[in-house]
Amino acid sequence: MEKRIRVLVAKPGLDGHDRGAKVVARALRDAGFEVIYTGLRQTPEQIAEAALQEDVNVIAMSILSGAHPHLFPKVVDLVRSKGMKDVLIIGGGVIPEGDIPALKEAGIAAVFTPGTPTSDIVDFINEHVK
Amino acid sequence: MSNEKEKIQAGLDTYNASVDKAIAKFPERGHLPEQRLYTPLDIENDDYNEQLGYPGMYPYTRGVQPTMYRGRFWTMRMYAGFSTAEESNKRYRYLIESGASGLSCAFDLPTQIGYDSDDPISEGEVGKVGVAIDSLADMEILFDKIDLGKVSTSMTINAPASVLLAMYIAVAEKQGVTPDQLKGTIQNDILKEYAARGTYIFPPRPSMRLITNIFEYCSKNVPKWNTISISGYHIREAGSTAAQEIAFTISDGIAYVEAAIKAGLDVDAFAGRLSFFWNAHNNLLEEVAKFRASRRIWAKVMKERFHAKNSKSMKLRFHTQTAGSMLTAQQPNNNIVRVALQTAAAVMGGTQSLHTNSRDEALALPTEESVMIALRTQQIVAYESGLADVIDPLAGSYYVEAMTDRIEKEAMEYIKKIDEIGGAVTAIEKGYIQKEIQDSAYKWQMDVEKGARVIVGVNKFQIEEKPVEGLLRVDASVGEKQKEKLAKMKAGRDNEAVKKSLADLKEACKDENENLMPHILAAVKTYATLGEICGVMREVFGEYEAHTTL
Repeated sequence: MEKRIRVLVAKPGLDGHDRGAKVVARALRDAGFEVIYTGLRQTPEQIAEAALQEDVNVIAMSILSGAHPHLFPKVVDLVRSKGMKDVLIIGGGVIPEGDIPALKEAGIAAVFTPGTPTSDIVDFINEHVK
Repeated sequence: MSNEKEKIQAGLDTYNASVDKAIAKFPERGHLPEQRLYTPLDIENDDYNEQLGYPGMYPYTRGVQPTMYRGRFWTMRMYAGFSTAEESNKRYRYLIESGASGLSCAFDLPTQIGYDSDDPISEGEVGKVGVAIDSLADMEILFDKIDLGKVSTSMTINAPASVLLAMYIAVAEKQGVTPDQLKGTIQNDILKEYAARGTYIFPPRPSMRLITNIFEYCSKNVPKWNTISISGYHIREAGSTAAQEIAFTISDGIAYVEAAIKAGLDVDAFAGRLSFFWNAHNNLLEEVAKFRASRRIWAKVMKERFHAKNSKSMKLRFHTQTAGSMLTAQQPNNNIVRVALQTAAAVMGGTQSLHTNSRDEALALPTEESVMIALRTQQIVAYESGLADVIDPLAGSYYVEAMTDRIEKEAMEYIKKIDEIGGAVTAIEKGYIQKEIQDSAYKWQMDVEKGARVIVGVNKFQIEEKPVEGLLRVDASVGEKQKEKLAKMKAGRDNEAVKKSLADLKEACKDENENLMPHILAAVKTYATLGEICGVMREVFGEYEAHTTL
């Protein structure tokens, strides 16, 4: 049997809005991925460490507090510095369009904003995971 | 069946026979409510006085005050706050000048979770979703030139509510305003933080103690203060249904009342200061029914279960906010219309105060222009629409009355179930409430994705859009500014006094019979920081650890 894609759904920062993260986590699981959800208030260090321990292929982060310019790139740096070169890192939440180019520059492969169907996220992962 | 009802039934039979023919020719749309038409036959209990009564009279289905908006309109209270105390003070004064009748403070996440701006965990979050408050010094700036003897202030603060309330009392004292004159609300509802909102600090037991300490302290010293705003808003935002929103929230309310009674308080000494916070969602008629049902349930709970004698204890007074989760990032101007309809629901449902969301909040914090449109929406509904001219205008609608009964019944079933589990605290610890909310949230999303639920501009009537310009951006340097301010303040205060007050607070935390409010107030006045005060409490009480199941 083919190894299933493993996804870490993570909530960096202090923001407690996890409706989106949980809905996405469940949709990814229903799409056949193995999903680990970190729960709230994870530091970038904790997320990178969890990704390493759980040997995931994808990290999907959600922030609704506006702390994404600070926290998303930090996670990318830590993940890469731990040697996880191929892990696909994506993000979502209340993120203004204008912030997206800088996040992509920093290594976030895609940013999914409110209104995105979960199937788009599934498709993106299937197409881009290594 | 009475003669009258037989006549109605006969007419209904004739109508129903005609429907089949019509449907063969013109099929109905999918995904509609089960019943297409409501008649007097759908009102199970038609005892008017028992079910509806009169405004200001038990069971308060028709409203909590005798004259409702004929006396004065609801309080138009716009939730605001961002960046530093200086910036937020400017926005508050702008809102007051624009006709807002009460303030509503949004705090940033570090403040809500009891961390100072210079804590490493606060990095990137300072001043983002609300104003950063580290100490009394910030609070003094936040309310500069705002007369706390006149304004009523609502503070969205939960785990550290006692600390922020103490700061508010201290600022008022400096203005020469005594605690008994203060009007306002602290959210102070920790149970929904565990279940839906996420800004908890301590485990449930010490958290419940802090809450009952506040009830007791305020009943004696700050009698006009609403000591809690038991919130369904965030439960709904997290994805619950209308009936779940009021059921889980009233179950939380029951837990608070039980805790206070257990701590030795008389129910009528504190229950009149309990208030609620509901969501105004998209389905206008269902929302009106929900507001009405919630009043009837609470009245019965307080009278029958807790034997309250004072009518104030039985009145469910509530604040409303329009549904943030229903705002779309697509075609954001459409949100103005959604908010107007939600406003109509809140007003026809008899809210005591209202915050209207701004069109751009699915994208960022709102701009001043967007906030103005949202406030004007309330003013148009109040002054132009006629919806506020008579009390409970939808009463007697067969549909709304049947739905009010249906929501009450459904909510009561949940409340019974939670009682059987052992009450709201246990139900949350077991993850029952979280799971119910998550299931509803997932179902909603899947319905949207299948097209069973249409969201205009999102899954139907989409257009190519250019990115919205002119969004509000919080100055990225706010974190640094706040850190500098804090360091300066710490260097200038009497650090011995701070140390002493914190040591005293720590001792008080260890004695369960001690009310913590006077100790917190004393610490706040020495300019001990929020992080220092919560740090002491963390040492004694520990921290809550959430267990999430998907």
